[in-house]
Amino acid sequence: MTPPQRRRRFPKEAAPEEHPVPPAEGQGGQGQTREPERLYVVTGQVEGGDRAELDLVTLIVACADAPPSAQPEQSALLRLCQAPMSVAELSAYLNLPFSVVTVLLTELLTAELVQARAPIVRSALPDRSLLEAVMHGLQKL
Amino acid sequence: MDFKSSDTIPGPRAEDHLPHTATAAVKIVIVGGFGVGKTTMVGSVSEIRPLTTEETMTQAGIGVDDNYGSETKTATTVAMDFGRISITEQLVLYLFGTPGQERFWFLWNGLFEGALGAVVLVDTRRLEVSFDVIGRLEERGVPFVVAVNDFPDAPRYPMEDLRAALDLPEEIPMVKCDARRRASSRDVLMTLMRFLHSIAMAGASARA
Repeated sequence: MTPPQRRRRFPKEAAPEEHPVPPAEGQGGQGQTREPERLYVVTGQVEGGDRAELDLVTLIVACADAPPSAQPEQSALLRLCQAPMSVAELSAYLNLPFSVVTVLLTELLTAELVQARAPIVRSALPDRSLLEAVMHGLQKL
Repeated sequence: MDFKSSDTIPGPRAEDHLPHTATAAVKIVIVGGFGVGKTTMVGSVSEIRPLTTEETMTQAGIGVDDNYGSETKTATTVAMDFGRISITEQLVLYLFGTPGQERFWFLWNGLFEGALGAVVLVDTRRLEVSFDVIGRLEERGVPFVVAVNDFPDAPRYPMEDLRAALDLPEEIPMVKCDARRRASSRDVLMTLMRFLHSIAMAGASARA
């Protein structure tokens, strides 16, 4: 019995690099067109809208109590992130979609009622000490 | 959408709070076909009860969909289960498993781009459901390992046959696992981390 066979999307000779090695300067245009690297950077710069760049695992920490004028959703958010909490967890506990939570958080960030601790994202050359820390943590499981 | 009074919102248990020292988070995505054990794997290693987050995708963004069809012209909800492992007092690892139709996950901006890497969980009874996701990870340059979830009634193929069937290059690690067991799921994550580490080492020596 043989398992079904996957067809690779790229012919082998033109296969993309298996490792995300950054292209050398000036070589980006040659060969097949690769999608530009979409690095998920938390810039604080709002892109094409009024929402902060928040990742699922951006950690949010309250830095003030809810003002009396706060909406119930915002009061609930502020209460939940008395200790650091990811946007994903906030979304889960509040039973609100991720995008709704990011809108609420953008308002709280603007009002400086919460702080955002940006996640560490995969870069072209991952930080070895970060990877080693994760491995060490997993070994303790 | 009902939003109950904020007083009734269930929050985390006291022991589920992260310490105030937590300053940074990283994520790993567990992908694979429906029912392959992604949520089981998340649950077996997570320190918190797995939670679910969701996002609403507009129809314009997801294109034609055979299964949801005309009755949901405006939006489709994509849900993801996730868990958490505290690595140090400062660093937290989140694991996202992705039930439902895999092509939606890639619309979730930043899910894969920002992840350290991915685990492709494979069920040998339905190997072909993982073909699409492997292709998409390759296209995006997301580093991944393949874990074969060992279901008792699943056909057993030699690893090299599976590697050939999945058309995986030699350097992509493949492991067997039992997603229900914490130690086994942990070993899968360790395999991914060692693979990422070897990529980092190779990248560093290439630059030296």
